[in-house]
Amino acid sequence: MPKDHGIGASPKRREDVRFLTGAGNYTDDINVNGQAFVAFLRSDVAHGRINSIDTSDAAAMPGVVRIFTGADFEGVGGLPCGWGITDRHGNPQQEPAHPVLAQGKVRHVGDPIAAVVAESESQARDAAEAIKTDIEELPAVVDMKAALADNAVKVHDDLTSNLCYDWGFVEENKAAVEEAIAGAHRVTTLELVNQRLVANPMEPRVAIGDYAAHSGDSTLYTTSQNPHVIRLLMGAFVLGIPEHKLRVVAPDVGGGFGTKIFHYAEEAFCTFAAKAIKRPVKWTSSRSEAFMSDAHGRDHVTKIELAMDAEGNFLAVRTDTHANMGAYLSTFAPAVPTWLHGTLMAGNYKTPLIYVNVKAVFTNTVPVDAYRGAGRPEATYQLERVIDKAAREMGMDPVELRQKNFVTEFPYETPVAVVYDTGDYNATMDKALLIADRDGFATREAASKAKGKWRGIGINSYIEACGIAPSNLVGQLGARAGLYESATVRVNATGGLVVMTGSHSHGQGHETAFPQVIAEMTGLDESMVEIVHGDTATAPMGMGTYGSRSIAVGGSAMVRATEKIINKAKKIAAHLLESADSDIELKDGNFTVAGTDKSIDWGSVCLAAYVPHNYPLEDIEPGLEETAFYDPANFTYPAGAYICEVEVDPDTGQVSIERFTAADDFGNVINPMIVEGQVHGGLAQGIGQALMENCVYDENGQLLSGSYMDYAMPRASDLPNFDVDHSSQTPCTHNPLGVKGCGEAGAIGSPPAVVNAVVDALQRNGKNDVTHIDMPLTPSRVWAAMNS
Amino acid sequence: MSQVTMTVNGKEASGNAEGRTLLSQFLRDALNLTGTHVGCDTSQCGACVVHVNGEAVKSCTMFAAEAEGAVVTTIEGMADADGSLGTIQQAFQDHHGLQCGFCTPGMVMSTAALLKDNPKPTEAQVRNYLEGNICRCTGYHNIVKAIMAASGQDVEAMAAE
Repeated sequence: MPKDHGIGASPKRREDVRFLTGAGNYTDDINVNGQAFVAFLRSDVAHGRINSIDTSDAAAMPGVVRIFTGADFEGVGGLPCGWGITDRHGNPQQEPAHPVLAQGKVRHVGDPIAAVVAESESQARDAAEAIKTDIEELPAVVDMKAALADNAVKVHDDLTSNLCYDWGFVEENKAAVEEAIAGAHRVTTLELVNQRLVANPMEPRVAIGDYAAHSGDSTLYTTSQNPHVIRLLMGAFVLGIPEHKLRVVAPDVGGGFGTKIFHYAEEAFCTFAAKAIKRPVKWTSSRSEAFMSDAHGRDHVTKIELAMDAEGNFLAVRTDTHANMGAYLSTFAPAVPTWLHGTLMAGNYKTPLIYVNVKAVFTNTVPVDAYRGAGRPEATYQLERVIDKAAREMGMDPVELRQKNFVTEFPYETPVAVVYDTGDYNATMDKALLIADRDGFATREAASKAKGKWRGIGINSYIEACGIAPSNLVGQLGARAGLYESATVRVNATGGLVVMTGSHSHGQGHETAFPQVIAEMTGLDESMVEIVHGDTATAPMGMGTYGSRSIAVGGSAMVRATEKIINKAKKIAAHLLESADSDIELKDGNFTVAGTDKSIDWGSVCLAAYVPHNYPLEDIEPGLEETAFYDPANFTYPAGAYICEVEVDPDTGQVSIERFTAADDFGNVINPMIVEGQVHGGLAQGIGQALMENCVYDENGQLLSGSYMDYAMPRASDLPNFDVDHSSQTPCTHNPLGVKGCGEAGAIGSPPAVVNAVVDALQRNGKNDVTHIDMPLTPSRVWAAMNS
Repeated sequence: MSQVTMTVNGKEASGNAEGRTLLSQFLRDALNLTGTHVGCDTSQCGACVVHVNGEAVKSCTMFAAEAEGAVVTTIEGMADADGSLGTIQQAFQDHHGLQCGFCTPGMVMSTAALLKDNPKPTEAQVRNYLEGNICRCTGYHNIVKAIMAASGQDVEAMAAE
């Protein structure tokens, strides 16, 4: 019997009612009295020197309030990078300036040159088009390897080259890995591309700056996954506004997927301009602007080698990756190909020796940063593709080769510096094989063949690291921020609770799931609990939502604050019941003296805290409100096994996903309905990457996939129903809920499963030379591989 | 600027519009009906779908002036008379057919148009009909399930393949 209450129940989402009736409050739904509108003039060349900007005609256009250029931002800080990598030789990464509006040069298509503030949006756009610029186009660098050539054009004249860093991990293992590869029975090698993607949350970014001249307070409304991070970065590093004079509000946010983590120029611009013109200033991105100004994802080019002994035991892994940073360092960009990628190269396997080399490269393209999975999909993809190839070379079953090398004892310390606390990779693999009915594959293959289709099956296992922490460790790794989370639990006098969390919900359903945890802890009904988030004026300093961290880190902070509440409430109850604190039990929302029938209800205790007439004032303060900051002891390690079956049309190369099974271990699950929805969405994005999505630049740095006409988003008819399972549960050992996080798993585990399945289909049909096809597996690419 | 008048969600509504003002902009900015969302500028995403004279229309493909005198229904007009969720809306909530909620108004409006013409669609028909509505959160699994449920069909069998 499924639970209807507390942890493990699936109540309907309370936030849905406003979203289903048009009553959501997204940033673009906010209009501030007296607001003016912004339009940016953006570079249409990838690389150029700005000789002059003539705004005189534009300034005379109807409705124009003021025009800003880079000159207005001299003396204002640039956009900061939140992570510093130390290279193989102990040197810091090269870190270019990133001005709010271009100064001197433009470095990618979409780089903002000027901004018009006008009475209406259309007047602002008209005037932006009337600005005259003299920009001398320079040769652009787009290809990463070409960008590292000795005579390459430099994206940043003041840097020594286009190399951001050359990172080795673990550098001390390099020689031992070389030796193991040289002496191995077999080394399987694969070169592959993890293509550039655009996150594409359906809500484009919006920023509204507001300034109160009477108090000197600034407010920014923005589409952010982490308003406190924006307040800190923008206030401290860009505009010099102390945090008590700056409020950042991120109301309902229409999806993020990583791309709304980062601090963007438009946010700083609107906050700055509102103060400059003493009026609220609003910018709403068009989708076309989003394609050339939202941070992109992935864009790795990799060579991986897997060394094995004669029995198929993994001896060593070496991987050599070029990672595209784009033209500037986005907020967390340097961490993605390094600490979020290198540390995952053990996968689910007990490979004793691993060496990862990553060269991060500047090019004349949009900056690249974290996108759903962020580094972990790149690690999983290369590992699971090379293992599949290795199984074929070794004549082994791909499941058997994986199982032979699975980590089975925990805790397990990998050679890439992380400790898996718990897991059971055989359990999720067995579950996936069962649900996917691998035994019935031959029958289905025959049925496909009868229709003239080639069927293939792709197996994959993955691990990810979520809830990155602890803060002191990530500080050593280069993070310029802490990675704790906060919660304030405020109990009102009549017993209702308000939780102010630093986590931010932009589709994850926190308003529904977080109260389930409190209901479990107190026995109160979920309807007694309200979740408040997304406003620095109400929530304590928090780090926000990304990296599948909300329930593991934010939920844990809420548990800690609630424990404090319960402890204090028990003291009050003990006083009222004339008993010892230690004898008080809280059950079903009532405080009881153990072993007696003496009890008092939740509401009476809360009332006593705020009307403290009969109250131990000498021992405890009135009121019932507690805050906790939770800094995890370790990452969490969700893991699982995914199985994909495809049909390939041999005449056209068209791939159709026929079955998709995901068996995940997320530890304990708070709300199964929401968890399954998160996996579905991740799978869609991962399958989208595998089959359809591709962000393409031409050799001149022109963005060719700059709209939904050109960038293929998965639609309903592109995807199957998914079989998802999360019944294999090894609870996390170091957070109070035993949870691991589920937001990114689907996007991490699915691309290799799809590609493995397509290669399998071709191999089964005599295309034995096809060992790899680069994503996206469009019909033309598959057809070309079949007919090469 | 000229004045445009139409019937929106059963009530007469007027506002000023430029010749180039899109119906989506007019609904959001002039009438403050912000439930209609704009997710792209190429008429691909479908977040802005409304009904004009009973037909589903992407409101970003139509000028406000073209809707002069028309009968328009938006997401704000889809709840039952007593304010409770309508059948389609309720099915979306029951089957977790939304996450961030941004594409949801368009999905609901498209579903209403589909079920009007095809009250018992097959799953394949539902997926094909949604060709003009992009969702980035749900992978469509639960949207399709919600639509099948809203049409009164048994969806338990859909949970697995």
